[in-house]
Amino acid sequence: MSGTNRADPRPLSPHLQIWRPHATMFASITHRITGMGLYFGTFLIAAWLIALATGPEAYAQAEAVISCVPAQVILFVWTVAVLFHFAGGIRFLLWDGPHAGFEPKTASAVSVFLYVFAVLGSVAIWAAVLWL
Amino acid sequence: MAKSEFVTPAKITRGLGSAKSGTSDHIRQRVTAIALVFLVPWFLYSVINASSIGYAGAAEWAGKPWNAILLILTAGAAFYHMRIGMQIVIEDYISKTSTRSALLILNSFAVIALFVTVALSVLKLWIGAGA
Repeated sequence: MSGTNRADPRPLSPHLQIWRPHATMFASITHRITGMGLYFGTFLIAAWLIALATGPEAYAQAEAVISCVPAQVILFVWTVAVLFHFAGGIRFLLWDGPHAGFEPKTASAVSVFLYVFAVLGSVAIWAAVLWL
Repeated sequence: MAKSEFVTPAKITRGLGSAKSGTSDHIRQRVTAIALVFLVPWFLYSVINASSIGYAGAAEWAGKPWNAILLILTAGAAFYHMRIGMQIVIEDYISKTSTRSALLILNSFAVIALFVTVALSVLKLWIGAGA
């Protein structure tokens, strides 16, 4: 909190390092990181659509960029981030709405599942795209 | 006022909470999330197909009425959701007022500009398809 000049010393929320690391904590942090990644990744997906509307030449350039290896790696990571944020988001909705899955054991198990789902789901999608 | 009280009288009167905007962003973040639960699977499936069939096929796909409508809905929900999410992160981690304000404005400008561009792109494809 340096750089601010607050007059009265107000309480701060507990800092990250006082908590013992646990699955729901990592899932929560990952949800935020994937959200930030998707913010910029979605700009790239939008660029593809804008290229499509611009015309065949622009679209051919976009296709050339997308098919290079670094872009494919970025797209794979984007897929993992989408699936994680998607499933994690549904979990947050279930927490907020019907208050389901709050029990510590369930919450931890679901947190681990989110990572497995994101990675295996992305591998499955890419395998289907590349080989079917 | 005792030193242990953290809420000033003005804050109680305004009733806006520490984030200055009450619960509106919280609710909007969840409403757009509910929309995206349905839109994102369609979007992923469609874009994977459309991006593998060349320019003519992709343009024809985006120009179909239902696809155009769903594309604009997806863009609207996603960009609104992204804007709130980025705003929360900026508010959480950037404490210097000038930097924070600049980034919040940049966030709004970038997301709204992108939404308008995407919506017009879809409209162009829709009209181009002659639907």
